[in-house]
Amino acid sequence: MKQVFKKTTMLTDKPFTYCPGCTHGIIHRLVAEVLEELGIGQDTIGVAPVGCAVMCYEFFNCDMHVSAHGRAPAIATGIKRVYPDKIVFTYQGDGDLASIGTAETIHVAARGENLTTIFINNAIYGMTGGQMAPTTLMEQKTTTSPTGRSESLGGNPIKMSEILATIDGVCYVERTSVHNPQHIIATKKAIKKAFQNQIDNKGYSIVEVLSNCPTNWGMSPQQSLVWMEENMIPVYPLGVKKEVK
Amino acid sequence: MAYIEIAQDTCKGCSLCVNACPKQILEISSDVLNAKGYPTLKCIDPSKCIGCSFCGLICPEIAITVFK
Amino acid sequence: MKKELIKGNIAIAEAAIAAGCQCFFGYPITPQNEIPEYMSLKMPQLGRTFVQSESEVSAINMVYGAAGSGARVMTSSSGPGMSLKQEGISFLAGAELPCVIVNVMRGGPGLGGIQPAQADYYQSVKGGGHGDYHLVVYAPSTVQEAVELTQKAFHTADKYRIPVVVLADGVLGQMMEPATITVPKEEPLPEKTWATTSIGNSSRKPNIANSLYLDPYKLEKHIQHLAKKFDVITENEIMVEYNDIENAEIVVVAYGTTARIVRSAMNTLKKEGINIGLVRPITLSPFPTDEINQACKNANSVLVVEMSLGQMIDDVKIAINGEKPVNFYGRQGGVIPKASDVVDEIKKLRGVI
Repeated sequence: MKQVFKKTTMLTDKPFTYCPGCTHGIIHRLVAEVLEELGIGQDTIGVAPVGCAVMCYEFFNCDMHVSAHGRAPAIATGIKRVYPDKIVFTYQGDGDLASIGTAETIHVAARGENLTTIFINNAIYGMTGGQMAPTTLMEQKTTTSPTGRSESLGGNPIKMSEILATIDGVCYVERTSVHNPQHIIATKKAIKKAFQNQIDNKGYSIVEVLSNCPTNWGMSPQQSLVWMEENMIPVYPLGVKKEVK
Repeated sequence: MAYIEIAQDTCKGCSLCVNACPKQILEISSDVLNAKGYPTLKCIDPSKCIGCSFCGLICPEIAITVFK
Repeated sequence: MKKELIKGNIAIAEAAIAAGCQCFFGYPITPQNEIPEYMSLKMPQLGRTFVQSESEVSAINMVYGAAGSGARVMTSSSGPGMSLKQEGISFLAGAELPCVIVNVMRGGPGLGGIQPAQADYYQSVKGGGHGDYHLVVYAPSTVQEAVELTQKAFHTADKYRIPVVVLADGVLGQMMEPATITVPKEEPLPEKTWATTSIGNSSRKPNIANSLYLDPYKLEKHIQHLAKKFDVITENEIMVEYNDIENAEIVVVAYGTTARIVRSAMNTLKKEGINIGLVRPITLSPFPTDEINQACKNANSVLVVEMSLGQMIDDVKIAINGEKPVNFYGRQGGVIPKASDVVDEIKKLRGVI
């Protein structure tokens, strides 16, 4: 009898502060497991975003920076320029990466910084209480699109992976989802590749992970996974958007 | 025989594992609430566990340890 | 080390390099462009880092990343760019990360102009970013002093874990003057055990560069810790220069470029037998409150001269504490006051004109 599934040492003992059923916990675990399995945990410096995942600095068992909203890529650039041989990653939500930090996101990619970004897209602002995100779907109701997102009032959802795939200097872009165990396994594989690319000095890698927010979507955790599959994936198709071999 | 260990105080009763279990042997039980007040996970038929780890994979709290 | 004729901005860049600045992050804006331009050539040649960021917001956050990692790091900007940096400066202050920020001031508000001004005093000294914090602010008045204060800024930043501003202006940045690029002799500094170097083989807990304290009692404690630290800085780091204050009937308080103009006005007045003193704060933050009060003890009145509507005058009034009149003369928007204007103003104050 052996343990086939246990908690990685790259996470601290602190219990996650996320709502019941929030998939941040799953993605934290995947990132931490990858750091452990690649044997790079002790050489890693992470950057936490603003949003629900700001608390991740208490969960990842490595040196961390807590950034201003959207600035994680700039901070990661500063760290990586000081320690080019260390592993540096950012963990960012959709408001952080695709709205307030769009300039930082585009330019860290254009500079081809040898970094890894884990981008959590759950189509809403979680921490602040369910406001419209840049990735909120059309017709989706949020506290700042109470009648549903319309083009005239709220513009259109932004597809960051597709945008980033057009940028020279980007090494790897993949969009995955964590709505079921199979896709969780696929997400881990993508995250592993994104870190391996950094080890191999290949440039900027980003994995966009479709995620949920049962609390602010107003659904049960299980319903939220179904909603992800039925509504988010058609707008944000999964797959590798760019890969430089 | 495969089995799971559940960290009751970490579980938030979200039930994602209940739906992920191919053997349908997990349920969220309100019999006893944990220290945070959540109903928590119970394995209702441990003999059927195949150690597939799906429950552990989908658990956002890493509250499940799987043995096989 | 030889004296050379050198432009202020380039002197600041060379001084930073000599002080061991490992990273420079910046964005072009007039009148400080020679600093990033010079750094873009020299830093890579020395195996150090130069990045032209996508914005000043990014530049200051790159500073945060590098400072948090323990490197000596600098950025420079002016006016609108300094406004953009304020978010990051607040975070740097909160996370206690040492860095040097050079502001070559131009006229504002808004896009304002590109001519020299001293209108960013409030922004630099009173905050600029959100929250309870103080920065150290040095105000050089010559190119040589810009060299020395830039180098001192790195030391002070590291010594106290605090962002330090070198507050120059467009005159100082653009003028050429003989100066020597010194190599600073520094006191030993504490090791940066807090830096995010990655844990490596050590057994230490993770280091976190952080300004977030969700528990109000912990945040209050942190803010009070910052305040106590600033008290120590106030105790030890104030710099001020006095000229002819002993028999002065009027003492002028001015900093940076303006102090030079006042000095030539003083020379003119001296020939006419009018004794004027000058107090020049070199640290604007911490402000030499007691020093100014003492220096003005025997004067009838005080005149503050600034290239602004009058910002430092607030702190001078606090220093004088109502003991005598504190008057103001200033020009704004990039107009540099003439020495003769200051002479006229002083004569007016004496009731001669």
